[in-house]
Amino acid sequence: MEITLQAVLAQVMLGLNNGVFYALLSLGLAVIFGLLNIVNFAHGALYMLGAFVALLGYSYLGPLIGMPDFQMNYWAALVVVPLVVGGLGILLERTLLRRLYKVDHLYGLLLTFGVALIIQGFFTNYFNVSGTPYDAKPEILNGVVNLGFMVFPKYRLWAIVVSLAVCFGTWFVIERTKLGAYLRAGTENPDLVRAFGINVPLMVTLTYGYGVALAAFAGVVAAPIYSVSPVMGAEMIIVVFAVVVIGGMGSIMGAIVSGLLLGMVEGLTKVVYPPASGTVIFLIMVLVLLVKPAGLFGREN
Amino acid sequence: MPEHLLSISELNAWYGESHILHGVGMTVARGELVTLLGRNGAGKTTILKSIMGLVGRRSGSVQLEGRETVGLPTHRIARLGIGYCPEERGIFSSLSVEENLLLPPAMKAGGMSLEEIYEMFPNLLERRNSVGTRLSGGEQQMLAMARILRTGADLLLLDEVTEGLAPVIVQALGRLIARLKERGYTIVLVEQNFRFAAELADRHYIIEHGHVADTVTLDEVGARAETFSRYLGV
Ligand SMILES: Nc1ncnc2c1ncn2[C@@H]1O[C@H](COP(=O)(O)OP(=O)(O)O)[C@@H](O)[C@H]1O
Ligand SMILES: [Mg+2]
Repeated sequence: MEITLQAVLAQVMLGLNNGVFYALLSLGLAVIFGLLNIVNFAHGALYMLGAFVALLGYSYLGPLIGMPDFQMNYWAALVVVPLVVGGLGILLERTLLRRLYKVDHLYGLLLTFGVALIIQGFFTNYFNVSGTPYDAKPEILNGVVNLGFMVFPKYRLWAIVVSLAVCFGTWFVIERTKLGAYLRAGTENPDLVRAFGINVPLMVTLTYGYGVALAAFAGVVAAPIYSVSPVMGAEMIIVVFAVVVIGGMGSIMGAIVSGLLLGMVEGLTKVVYPPASGTVIFLIMVLVLLVKPAGLFGREN
Repeated sequence: MPEHLLSISELNAWYGESHILHGVGMTVARGELVTLLGRNGAGKTTILKSIMGLVGRRSGSVQLEGRETVGLPTHRIARLGIGYCPEERGIFSSLSVEENLLLPPAMKAGGMSLEEIYEMFPNLLERRNSVGTRLSGGEQQMLAMARILRTGADLLLLDEVTEGLAPVIVQALGRLIARLKERGYTIVLVEQNFRFAAELADRHYIIEHGHVADTVTLDEVGARAETFSRYLGV
């Protein structure tokens, strides 16, 4: 097969499209791990939950509340779903995760793994594993745009742009604002930050809620592209964990950049050697672990 | 108005199962500078941490301006007006010098302005954009103290500020602490360096095995050299 520049660029763009989801999810994982010291295994399930809440709000909510014509439209879902799922995250932190901070990381991982299985099990019970389409894509995002080197679906371009904006907005808040300074300091030495008069437990709760909301946001943005399925999160989380390992736990920019790059590498592999596209990220993970165990952007200590 | 800014009685503290403080009692009047002296492991740091609510469990009474703080969460205690400078200095490596300086939120009126602080610590101004932990030990100590002066806290808890620093820096710190006292700050100073402490303090509490073994006031210091040598080996 001949490899054309066109084909390469097309796959890089599609890879970038996957990459923004990796970036959103690994960013949330990094923020949560930094402050809570918990590997949030439920992250994939919460991403899936975001997509489902959007789907339910569009197709099922109206009849349920006795207003058969009501549909939560896509734009509303982009705002409402992260709030709802983030709120659920806050509840989860307040009732369950909070009890585990003083014990080994492993307990947090096991608990969130259990939560992931419950959420996934619930939806598997009621919905088709092969996926339900989410048809709420707004008219204005239908069709294609000409990027010069290729025509590209408008919606996918939107997904890239809005996700990048959220990623870099989050980076900016964490690295460049006063609020972010509390977060960075709290990640390093929560006791001292408390001793400076800051309500760290509240900050922890809100941070978990925000990380979860990022996952739900990714779920809403992904819903019109991939069909909404109970296992979409389980497939995603495995790749995202590899991304996090490659980038290094705890680095915000590392999480974003490695998410984007690995999405593109995956895309490129589809052109060069398609059978390897599903495993290339894991190969890179193994190599990185051998050479730089703390990850590309992680600090060794 | 209550007589004492800080008043501690029957304070017990635990880390997990280990019972560290056994009925500590002490008082500090407004504007006073008292020291906690004692050997390594005597419980001095634990007393400061217990005041801040940073130990596993505590019982007894710690009152700030007559207000009971045992039972309050740490951030609420801090906001009553305490500035805490921990033994390990606690400079954040993910924050610049200036971010470190601006981190503790203002809690009361009357704190120093950033300009005043930079005037007092010109080194910090010069290095305001460096990573906090890139500073020398002495500069990090200055930063750890400077950042609690902005908040309006009137009670300062300073834990072994001279530890591991060169004599000239220790002297500079001594001048700084004397200046803070003149400005009206109330200070609890944990020290191993008896000579340093003796020049500054109104009163010394000698800590041993998690309780107050003895108290020595300023005018007794000369006459009670034997007390210090018994407890501190100086
Ligand atoms: N986090 C902790 N967990 C358990 N024991 C501790 C902890 N911190 C200090 N200790 C113990 O408490 C005692 C008092 O320590 P500390 O207050 O640090 O003494 P000092 O500051 O006077 O040197 C020591 O025996 C020490 O081993
Ligand atoms: Mg100590």
